[in-house]
Amino acid sequence: MLENLFVGIAQWLRALLGGVGVPVEINEAIVMLVKLVAILVFILINALWLVYMERKVAAYMQARIGPNRVGPKGLLQTTADIGKLISKEIIIPKKADIAVFLISPVLIFVPTLMVFAVIPFGKNMAAIDMNIGVFYLLAIASLSTMIFWMGGWASNSKYSLIGAMRVVAQMVSYELPLVLGLLGVIMIVGSMNMSDIIAAQEHTWFIFTQPVAFLIYFAAAVAETNRCPFDLVEGESEIIAGPYTEYGGMAFAMYFLAEYANIMVICAMATIMFFGGWHAPFGLTFIPSWVWFFLKMYALIFIVMQLRWTYPRIRVDQLMGFSWKVLVPLALANIFITGIGMKIYQAMGW
Amino acid sequence: METSIYSVIAFYGLAITILGNATLVIFARNIVHSVLFLAVTFIAMGGLFLLLDADFLAAVQVLVYAGAVCIMVVFGIMLIQRSDMKATNLFNRQTFAGAGLVALVVAMCAVFAGRTAWTDLVAAGEVPANTVQAIGELMLSKYVIPFEVAALLLLVALIGAIVIARDEEVKANAGN
Repeated sequence: MLENLFVGIAQWLRALLGGVGVPVEINEAIVMLVKLVAILVFILINALWLVYMERKVAAYMQARIGPNRVGPKGLLQTTADIGKLISKEIIIPKKADIAVFLISPVLIFVPTLMVFAVIPFGKNMAAIDMNIGVFYLLAIASLSTMIFWMGGWASNSKYSLIGAMRVVAQMVSYELPLVLGLLGVIMIVGSMNMSDIIAAQEHTWFIFTQPVAFLIYFAAAVAETNRCPFDLVEGESEIIAGPYTEYGGMAFAMYFLAEYANIMVICAMATIMFFGGWHAPFGLTFIPSWVWFFLKMYALIFIVMQLRWTYPRIRVDQLMGFSWKVLVPLALANIFITGIGMKIYQAMGW
Repeated sequence: METSIYSVIAFYGLAITILGNATLVIFARNIVHSVLFLAVTFIAMGGLFLLLDADFLAAVQVLVYAGAVCIMVVFGIMLIQRSDMKATNLFNRQTFAGAGLVALVVAMCAVFAGRTAWTDLVAAGEVPANTVQAIGELMLSKYVIPFEVAALLLLVALIGAIVIARDEEVKANAGN
């Protein structure tokens, strides 16, 4: 019953619309729309909650209590913050490129939302089951570089411009090891369909067969979301807030929430590619598959948050060197060894 | 390929988006705006590929053109010092050369469009659901030489970039 909760809701909706006599095409369109709206609401609520989680994690790591006044245990703190941010004025700098300046925070959520459409949250629970799922995700995710740059450039401020340059350089550099790292898994599975990749991990998670690939992916992914220790983009001690320097109120909040939505994307992706997706470990299948998926995802998010409060920021030259001189060669070596290993196993007849 | 009313509507929507944005790329006087319109054009072209059931090509279009080619232009913009971006994408006076080039491109498109057997293409019917494997196999069998030549070209470009960057550094050190 719980296992098929969301699948059941979709079927019920389909049957309901079919019973009223809605044509099949419009029926499907409505179901798809409901799915996408559900995902959007899910992302926004999660992003809100993750801000709270980040503050709590930070507080406990620094021996503080963190937000504890608004709502039970301070749970409504970020809701109150968003309420404040909405009521604030969005100041547009005099020399800004107004249209681009205002479009950028609006667009920042679009790639993230499009990416979530292909993520399978549980058994049969991908909104769209796409043959080239992983590749689609990487392609769409690469668009966000442009949107960050739009914001930084249009602000027409020195700090924003330096931040925008760093965004472009960093995100382009780390996209390469990210893709090359995932290639090891794709080679083993022989498919870019996320459901196939999860199905291939029924017995062994790829974290055990591709540990190096996971480390490369995780490092590159943290850099892609501009999180510490790779948060040079918004390094507040150097360039205030990077591309977001000139943004205030809800426009700033959009970037802020998008960062947390992107953390969700990379952690969901790591769960799918390396931690068996919605498969239950140790045969604990009485717990629904989507609960397992979220448990794994939040465990990874927790690690990302811990990283931020554990490590200092690295330098710009170290950032570039780490990507091009460490991660990329390592990823290429991993692909090479994976290929040889696959051939050896085939020769042994496994 | 579908030929329902929805795909026809989608096609005209995409066609208008592509042509409109491509026109704006040319007529925008600020080169930053031009790049952004160019990105929209590329993404809409990815939509055209989707309409033809070529989902892999659509993703490549978005990844390579919108995600990488536009970023290259962005690098170019940021490396050039210019205090005012208002008039950075202007027309030149090479009317005759431009007209000749455009005529050549149009003629080439017309020749290829005339030589393509459109009715056969439509009659060929279903596109296989999984195109990635077929593309990969073709690239490493029938088209292996062009594929490897392209790889070699990229390698040469990469090494060239490194050599140019290194040379500057050596000179700067020698100057000190």
